[in-house]
Amino acid sequence: MKKKLIFLAVIALALIAVFMLIQAGGHWDYVLKLRGKKVLAMIITGGAIAFSTVVFQTITNNRILTPSIMGLDSLYMLFQTFMVYIFGSAGLTAMGKNVNFIISVGLMGLFSMVFYKLLFKREGQNIYFLLLLGLIFGTLFQSLSTFMEVLIDPNEFQIVQDKMFASFNNVNTELLVLSIVLMAGTAIYFSRYTKYLDVIALGKDQAVNLGVDYDKVVKRMLVVVAILISISTALVGPITFLGLLVANISYQFMKTYKHHFLILGSMLLSIIALMGGQLLVERVFTFSTTLSVIINLAGGIYFLYLLLKESKSS
Amino acid sequence: MIEVKNVTKRYNNKTVLDDVSVTIRKGKITSFIGANGAGKSTLLSLISRLNKKDEGDILIEGDPIDKCKSGDLAKKISILKQSNHINVRLTIRELVSFGRFPYSQGKLKPEDWEYVDEAIRYMELEDLQHQYLDQLSGGQQQRAFIAMVIAQNTEYVLLDEPLNNLDMKHSVQIMKVLRRMVDELGKTVIIVIHDINFASVYSDDIVALKNGRVVKEGPAAEIIDSSVLKQVYGMDIQIETINDHRICVYFA
Repeated sequence: MKKKLIFLAVIALALIAVFMLIQAGGHWDYVLKLRGKKVLAMIITGGAIAFSTVVFQTITNNRILTPSIMGLDSLYMLFQTFMVYIFGSAGLTAMGKNVNFIISVGLMGLFSMVFYKLLFKREGQNIYFLLLLGLIFGTLFQSLSTFMEVLIDPNEFQIVQDKMFASFNNVNTELLVLSIVLMAGTAIYFSRYTKYLDVIALGKDQAVNLGVDYDKVVKRMLVVVAILISISTALVGPITFLGLLVANISYQFMKTYKHHFLILGSMLLSIIALMGGQLLVERVFTFSTTLSVIINLAGGIYFLYLLLKESKSS
Repeated sequence: MIEVKNVTKRYNNKTVLDDVSVTIRKGKITSFIGANGAGKSTLLSLISRLNKKDEGDILIEGDPIDKCKSGDLAKKISILKQSNHINVRLTIRELVSFGRFPYSQGKLKPEDWEYVDEAIRYMELEDLQHQYLDQLSGGQQQRAFIAMVIAQNTEYVLLDEPLNNLDMKHSVQIMKVLRRMVDELGKTVIIVIHDINFASVYSDDIVALKNGRVVKEGPAAEIIDSSVLKQVYGMDIQIETINDHRICVYFA
């Protein structure tokens, strides 16, 4: 198992090295600084997305769900669209990236807190009820966004459309530092709950039988998932499909039930996918497409493959 | 000893357990019997804290279970539900090792592995221990889950219809194991069971429930009685003594 992790780590490091060094043209301090920032952004968002997806899938006992079902991405897009709708693209620029980031994270955080509060107030609430509500809210946000997108000027819509796809091309340094601090804090807070993941994967009844304070632990985990998703979405844009992809590749590749291997594996895979995808975007397609498009394409093909394989074996 | 005192449980205003009081003796097999919907499984899930009661008290050795920490309770009481579908692909040995979680929090020490080995041996699963659960028959899976409960090494073992979907041979095998757990390891076993003849032959005490109330509780011989069973099931059941076992004849 460790060998597999080392194997993934080597690939990830190799891709990072290639990314940092390719066609540098001698301007080392400029190139390394610019690329280093991108690499850092990819590592932390990739890691956060992979981590939160595996945790989310374990809690929900379902391997085809992503945290986006809670409607956080849709809320982010609604906020961006709303700002453009009200203040125009100039307003969005005037607001500045920092303010936008903080309001977006705050909004998504607030939404999840209110959501969980309402939901966990009633005892014995089913987790699928939460997902269903999330789905409904997500759809509502999406419809509202679409409504506003239809009304705004096509040029302004271009700005909104840019926001729909994750991009690492101009990540703000200050935001990066802030995100790293927030995510590191969350990770440290979460570390004492990781041991429960293996047991929670057995289902609620088994987890309770084995002494896990199920409701409390799951609530904490959902909060962590919401924080991580909010930060990475606000930093680079909606990219939760990546999580679905790398989590499932990790299950297949690692072939274990132990979550510390699964999580580490999926995080490394996520970094590999982002690095490889970004290299393709920059060097092969010379920025004529975006990373999200490549990831969605590769992910879609992989899922078709999974489906075909499943139907063959059964 | 487990004491259930005046416990009531409702699902959406439908009362499934109504003012139930039961005392379960230590070191015995106690069977809950009754028709479908009598509240047997609900009572078991309340005792095992999988479900929360609405009123009343449940005491385990004098302590109310809702005051105990879940992690501590997991060392005292274990429950096996009737359907144990697991989404994760595990071998028998890996499943059984989960039984040590309350003690090891996932980091198993050599002594934990001894318990695991012991439990696998007890259920005669040595040859199968590295096979995946999804490759096994229902009976083998059931034995694996019971092995996990044995590895958990709790004083009280609760099983919800452990014979569900098992053939005669495997049913007898499981019941014999439960009997041995009580006689040799000194455990207290509580089961929900539909086959009253298994309840009659293997249990010490029986609690008979009907419509969320206790009809009668007591030693097995007192409950396996035509007039009591008439109250519980609403049908005439003839009782024959065969090899000192009281056997109910209800097939025709």
